[in-house]
Amino acid sequence: MASAEQTKQQLLNGRISRAGILSFLSAQGILVFFLLSMFVFSLFSEQFLSQSNIMTVVRQASIIGIIAVGVTVVIIGGNLDLSVGSMLSFATVLVVDLHDKIGPMNAILVMFAFTLLLGAVNGFLIGLMRLNSLIVTLAMLSVIQGLVLIYSGGQNVDIANQDGTWFPFFGRGYVLGIAVPVLLFGLLALLMQIVMSYTGYGRRIFAVGGNPMASVYSGIRRNWCVFSTYLISAFCVACAALVLGSRVMGSQNNVGQGYELLVLAGIILGGTSLLGGAGSIWKTVIGVLILGFIQNGLLLMGYPYYTQWIVTWVIIILAVWLDLANKRKRLLTTHS
Amino acid sequence: MISIKGFFRGRTIIQPIWVFVIAIFIFFSFMSEYFLSLSNITNILVQTSTIGLIALGMTYVMINGNIDLSVGAILGLAASLAVGLQDYGLTIAIIAALASGMLLGAINGLVVWKTGVNAFIVTLGAMLGIRGLIFLYTGEQSFYSMNFAFADFGASTIGPIPVLAIIFLLCTLVMHLVLTRTGHGRNTFAVGGNPEASIDAGIRLGRHMMINFIIVGFFAALAGVLLASQMGAATPNLGRDYELWTITAVVLGGTKLTGGYGSIVGTLGGVLAIGILRNGMNLMQVPAFYVLVVLGLILITVLIIDKKLNVPSTKEVRI
Amino acid sequence: MTPVHATTGQRQPIDADPVLKLEGITKRFPGVVALNQVDFDVRPGEVHALLGENGAGKSTLMKVLAGKHQANEGRIILGGEEMAFENPKHAKRAGVVLIHQEQSLVPGMTVAENIFLGSLPKKWGNRVDWRKLREDTNRILETLKCSFQHDDLVGSLSIAKKQMVEIGRALVFTPRVVVFDEPTASLTDHEKPVLYDVIQSLCEQGVGIVYISHRMDEIFHLSHRISVLRDGEYTGTVNTCETNEDEVTRMMIGRSLELDHASKPSEFGENMLELRNLSVKRLFSDVSFNVRKGEIVGMYGLVGAGRSEVAETIFGLRSPSAGEILLDGQPVSFTTSHDAVAAGIALVPEDRKDQGLILGMNCRDNMTLAGLESVSTLGFMKRADERAVYDKYHQAMKIKTPSWRQKVGNLSGGNQQKIVIGKWLHTHPKLLILDEPTRGIDVGSKAEIHALVKELAKSGYAVLVISSEMPEVLGLSNRIIAMYDGRVTAEFDGDSVSEDALVQAITGMGASAAAATTA
Repeated sequence: MASAEQTKQQLLNGRISRAGILSFLSAQGILVFFLLSMFVFSLFSEQFLSQSNIMTVVRQASIIGIIAVGVTVVIIGGNLDLSVGSMLSFATVLVVDLHDKIGPMNAILVMFAFTLLLGAVNGFLIGLMRLNSLIVTLAMLSVIQGLVLIYSGGQNVDIANQDGTWFPFFGRGYVLGIAVPVLLFGLLALLMQIVMSYTGYGRRIFAVGGNPMASVYSGIRRNWCVFSTYLISAFCVACAALVLGSRVMGSQNNVGQGYELLVLAGIILGGTSLLGGAGSIWKTVIGVLILGFIQNGLLLMGYPYYTQWIVTWVIIILAVWLDLANKRKRLLTTHS
Repeated sequence: MISIKGFFRGRTIIQPIWVFVIAIFIFFSFMSEYFLSLSNITNILVQTSTIGLIALGMTYVMINGNIDLSVGAILGLAASLAVGLQDYGLTIAIIAALASGMLLGAINGLVVWKTGVNAFIVTLGAMLGIRGLIFLYTGEQSFYSMNFAFADFGASTIGPIPVLAIIFLLCTLVMHLVLTRTGHGRNTFAVGGNPEASIDAGIRLGRHMMINFIIVGFFAALAGVLLASQMGAATPNLGRDYELWTITAVVLGGTKLTGGYGSIVGTLGGVLAIGILRNGMNLMQVPAFYVLVVLGLILITVLIIDKKLNVPSTKEVRI
Repeated sequence: MTPVHATTGQRQPIDADPVLKLEGITKRFPGVVALNQVDFDVRPGEVHALLGENGAGKSTLMKVLAGKHQANEGRIILGGEEMAFENPKHAKRAGVVLIHQEQSLVPGMTVAENIFLGSLPKKWGNRVDWRKLREDTNRILETLKCSFQHDDLVGSLSIAKKQMVEIGRALVFTPRVVVFDEPTASLTDHEKPVLYDVIQSLCEQGVGIVYISHRMDEIFHLSHRISVLRDGEYTGTVNTCETNEDEVTRMMIGRSLELDHASKPSEFGENMLELRNLSVKRLFSDVSFNVRKGEIVGMYGLVGAGRSEVAETIFGLRSPSAGEILLDGQPVSFTTSHDAVAAGIALVPEDRKDQGLILGMNCRDNMTLAGLESVSTLGFMKRADERAVYDKYHQAMKIKTPSWRQKVGNLSGGNQQKIVIGKWLHTHPKLLILDEPTRGIDVGSKAEIHALVKELAKSGYAVLVISSEMPEVLGLSNRIIAMYDGRVTAEFDGDSVSEDALVQAITGMGASAAAATTA
């Protein structure tokens, strides 16, 4: 039948998609937007495209980026992690506070251990007990914030002798001209991208996020897979805390507040679906960088820092909308 | 589960949270001599009225199958407007504040409706963006109210009972009746329980959704105005984390994130649970930090209990 | 054995002008023409069966009829007037209602609220008129002779009762035409007569019924006329009393049904699977049977007899409360499906979309999902090996898909099922369990899968097939285990058992499994 043949041809061409602005924009949209906005910003400010500025932006985006890498894995697995902000506060305060008490190396180890422990609690409740991840991580946000306050007694912490230690290396150091935070971000992103795309583990996470029941019926241990994603997320938060604490050499006890929002914004902008089963680390990297450059660009153009929030509001919705519009081949929904 | 027909239309189940509320009520009555006094109890009502009012609207939105993360920001904007515009007259300022909440709610609802983007994402963006609007309007300044009537209102009482508490209870009653007895309320359940079937049955999904977002926006704004009147001021960061507590209260009360189930009665229970815990622990001189931890743990416990109680029929496979 | 397909229907066609006519209906979706110039009509008081393979367009046609889709071309004429339904509610008000396969009920609301979904009686101020709602609902429930209450929560009702609620909803606006889409798919043989009675009483009231089903016995029992669609085209209409199953099948697929004539496996080895007094509380008890290497054992029974639950227990998804499972002579106890798979058990599940496949993933990834270890080294996937696995099964089972990149959700039912089977064959299991392997699959693929199963058994696999279709279970099995209400009622020889004995065994009739003969 003619129509069946047509369909087959289109399938053979790799994708059924109508040529047109909608389709192109959605597939490459975010990149196009990114380049466009870079261009616009560079017109308004000579500094924008300077090497030092770009390095600054990337370095500042690294902390969010490192955390976002971990959260992306959780999301691909079909869940959310809203506790990363307070986990960051916790870890940063811990490592900074313990630095003077038990030395940097031990402080780092202890911090990682406890942060992973928190991740394990998340993983246990969500992976093994199968509770709802939004509510659990929301509750943990609260619990961990409380723990930080209890630990710090409501005080800020800092490192006393800031020059006599190698600790600032993580936040302030350079290797081969590249800032360490950026290096860490890049390495972690590369590592996780490889894991997710090229290993059996990554395949399983996609399966679990795509259809948890079918993954179990295929012999995958869904509960442990979900558990592991929260360990990864916690590990990334620990790395970010290392960078943050070592850069500032001190910490307020709510330093991480609001990070979960920015991390999510970056992931969403990058195009990974919050429903799970799809997405990639690279997309998140792009999304996080876009957010960073927009903030920077607006700042250089003289706008106050909160302007970027308004801009982010608009572009997040636009980005997801266009992607949806492309999938359903229609701009607006039809129901009344 | 106790089932009561009649006033609670149909077979409303008394949510487990009320058992908890009664338990801690009794507990704190013993632990502190100040707890069981009229002034303290009305105090609790006033303190929880902020989150409580928002939670009323949030219940509708969540039963609808959506969520609204921007309520804290809407509250903050309304508070700033209510104080900042008082030069133009108190009435105008308050109307503007309430209108802003409804407008922002309408925008959220409209976007979710027409674009099909998940409410989580839409309101996440709005949470950020509206906070930006607050900073834009206030220029990072705190506003102080010069209008005594405004500030006095926050402390006013009718007889022994604060006006704020009365407002909260009245709103709760009205919202309960609307949810259980009107077409809009029942259709909200339908839309949340089975959106496609609702569309086929001719229910106007988008319209109901938008109305619910306007409702929660209104209540967030109302809460903001009342809070500003209590404080006599508005700060740009006002409302941060309020969405967290609101959602906590609503979920504690038995409303499900997935939509189609929930009740105002339950939400009231959740709100009171939080309020009594805070108040009680305060009276027992437990540092505020611990309240955070306890509340989070309780939320998790409620989730666990809910899961154990609603054991899927043996038909369900263990996964 | 009486050949089932030669029976003819009893009912004479109703002689009256049609209450509903569809003329020249054409419906296009992006990339495909679902319906092409289809004619169809329904007479008052008749049961008009609509037949066709999966994908022939039956559901699409009914959705057009009931207002869920709008036709690109053609006319709908109701009671002499031309109509255009914008949405299902519009159609319902006009008198045309569709009762779905999929759940269109709200589980958290009461029966009354579901029946009157979107049409709640109101008083001033948008308030619901509860008294009128209760009265109207009770009236409908009485008509349908339902046992449940107007304020029961729909979520707590059984599937059969839920269906009654859906029918109740259809009756709200005094329908003239009611369409039933596969209504008996989830009903037990006890529940079906209740449905038939409802349909009968609707006919007596002059309502025109459209009945979509795959089950020939029902169609020939209930209908006055049969219409057939093939590939979106209208093939024709016949009076039920003047035709037979063969002829109708030929109309559906363009050729006579080619039963799979391959011989059953005959050489058997040791016991691969042995169940001894296996029980799971409230689901089944005291189940004992065995499956040998090279053998096909069929589990036959009604929906709810406990067969799938037994399979899930063998597969590690349920824990037994009593009894033993022995695999290859060794007692085993699995806590997860992972353990069962590692031990060499494969389950092709009942619901291929929700349990068998990840619809958003491509064909190759679905194919290797259960056997990731074998196509990876040290955890890293070897793309070439993966591709080879896919190609192998793609060819061996003649899976029709233009590329491995195709998302599995876009494939037809038959091809999807082949991918699921391929996935499990790749794990080289010792025991292969297939749960309703050809449900909802076109006739051609069905025959292919039957042939495949026999081949697999002959090459040494131990095969357990669960089926609700007698011809399938008779055609495949060396031995048949009959189950009823959670117990094994009888074990038969697959070649010599009589249909009557089988039916007795699965319906609990007949005190003992008298007709059992074992090989």
